[in-house]
Amino acid sequence: MNTTAHTMQQLTHNKISLALHTLRVGSGTPLLLLHGLGEHSPSTVPEVAARWPGPIYALDFTGHGQSSVPAGGGYSCEILLADVDIALRHLGGACLLGRGLGAYVALLAAGARPELVHGAVLTDGPGLAGGATHISAVTEIATAGDRSGKTPDPWALIELSRDARPANYASTFARLSATDPNGIDPIAVCCVVRPPWIDAINEEPGVVTGLSIEEALENYAAP
Amino acid sequence: MYLRGTYVVVDPGTVRTDDDDVVVDDDDEPPSKKLETIANTAKPNAPHSKYLWSRVRKNITNHTTRHFGRRRVIQPMINLLTFPGAQRPARSYRTDADGVGIATYEWGNESAPPLFLVHGGSDFAGTYDVFAPIMAAAGYRVISWDHRGHGDSDHTALYGWDADIRDALTVMSSITTQAAPVVAHSKGGALMLQLADASPYRISKLVNIDGMPSKRRMPDAPDHDQTRMMAGEITGWLDFRHEAAATHRKPGTLHELAVRRGKMNPRLPIEWLEYLVTIGARQDDDGWRWKLDPTMRFGGFGPWRPEWTLLRMIALGMPFLGLIGTVDEPMGWGTRPRDLVPWIPRNGRLEAIADVGHFVHIEKPNEVSTMILEFLS
Repeated sequence: MNTTAHTMQQLTHNKISLALHTLRVGSGTPLLLLHGLGEHSPSTVPEVAARWPGPIYALDFTGHGQSSVPAGGGYSCEILLADVDIALRHLGGACLLGRGLGAYVALLAAGARPELVHGAVLTDGPGLAGGATHISAVTEIATAGDRSGKTPDPWALIELSRDARPANYASTFARLSATDPNGIDPIAVCCVVRPPWIDAINEEPGVVTGLSIEEALENYAAP
Repeated sequence: MYLRGTYVVVDPGTVRTDDDDVVVDDDDEPPSKKLETIANTAKPNAPHSKYLWSRVRKNITNHTTRHFGRRRVIQPMINLLTFPGAQRPARSYRTDADGVGIATYEWGNESAPPLFLVHGGSDFAGTYDVFAPIMAAAGYRVISWDHRGHGDSDHTALYGWDADIRDALTVMSSITTQAAPVVAHSKGGALMLQLADASPYRISKLVNIDGMPSKRRMPDAPDHDQTRMMAGEITGWLDFRHEAAATHRKPGTLHELAVRRGKMNPRLPIEWLEYLVTIGARQDDDGWRWKLDPTMRFGGFGPWRPEWTLLRMIALGMPFLGLIGTVDEPMGWGTRPRDLVPWIPRNGRLEAIADVGHFVHIEKPNEVSTMILEFLS
């Protein structure tokens, strides 16, 4: 039987303390929420995930929410992937529901750990598109200003909003995710916005489109 | 071709660390024999008679004196060993780069025009101890720094090129906000190509010493095999992140560390590598350890493509000199001169130096410094 109880625990990722929120306890496959760029984990179960039958968790990425803020930036989506991997190993696996930046990281996690990711639902949100798909057109070195040291870390906002997401890099992770022995389609694209990396993975096997978020979650929740 | 030539690293330039050098806390390998004195480690009987082995009190390089604003000035640096032509910096201090302490060094007259030297991945500013004094003697105020996680700079939670470039710009801005000449090696060269592209008004002339990465060397494997290899690199890197907090560098004698480094620097003399140990490593109770952050390791994947650097290079407008050795080495990019010819900017030139490896300026300090001084003049 599921009950609602918002608690938070700290997980260690190298020098970073990650905040993993429990939004609902229960049994079965966990659902792990990944927020968008500049956001933080919700304190209650979002309506879109209300019908998920198992426990529900939410992770604050490095530099966001109640996770710690590293000095001097240096962010990459691959580091956030490692954040998720820390949580996945702690939970023993999960279905991922990612918003914006969290959607891209969910794709990376599905490709990197197909044995631990039981479906990744990609939805609209801040930081979905990322930066250039080629060399960056950045013409100035940004500064963090007086918000440095607070969440959301301004370095995260600066660096993760312009990180490169080449189409064939994203496709590689989609292909890697399709190695799941359970044979499910591991990626559900539920976002309306279609940056180049989304267009690229749409062509890959194991990626389903046209479902609502609720429908995608229902598919992954099925035993 | 799917993935061919796009197989790159998360922390470019930190990928060539000798993994044999890193252990985790639960590693049961016994530490090297405890070293009581410098003499124990300096191998006085080794065939180094032409070099001066100085017995200096342990921890003589630990020093702090006074503060000048953001800079903490420390005593002139005295090294445990000497090497022909090598001089420790005249001045050393820390620069605060958004909360990250960057160890910064200077050779030469403070009132002379600045010249910035940028080291490569897994290196540190002390690798310029022969080259920098030559440039200082030619009339420059030579400034260099240890990149974050390297040498005596702070170890940070995150590493990335944008962060390295910001750190560099912070150090440079602490000296001058005017355009200044830059000499950069390996990863430092690639970093400075990006800075020169992003902020061309900060670099007056750019010398790149074998820091012009083309496509990374990849085996001629079918696409599906490359995908499998990438999966292996991803899981290996993620697995390491789980234990990164417990990693530390393996201790050893001064000579053992030099030998380890020699695997990645096979063309450099052991005496030079031992000299570097006394700068880039620290002496603990159980032996010497490289200061390089042990959480930096092989990445093996990421969206960044080495050849993007060349797209930036051809766009440069300032005078540009590219130097490259013709002998491939483990720490090199594997770039051949003919790979670079189409990408040399109109205001630049490329010099390929025969029978020299990746560390062009260390193998041929006089020849290379003469060439660079001529270019800078």
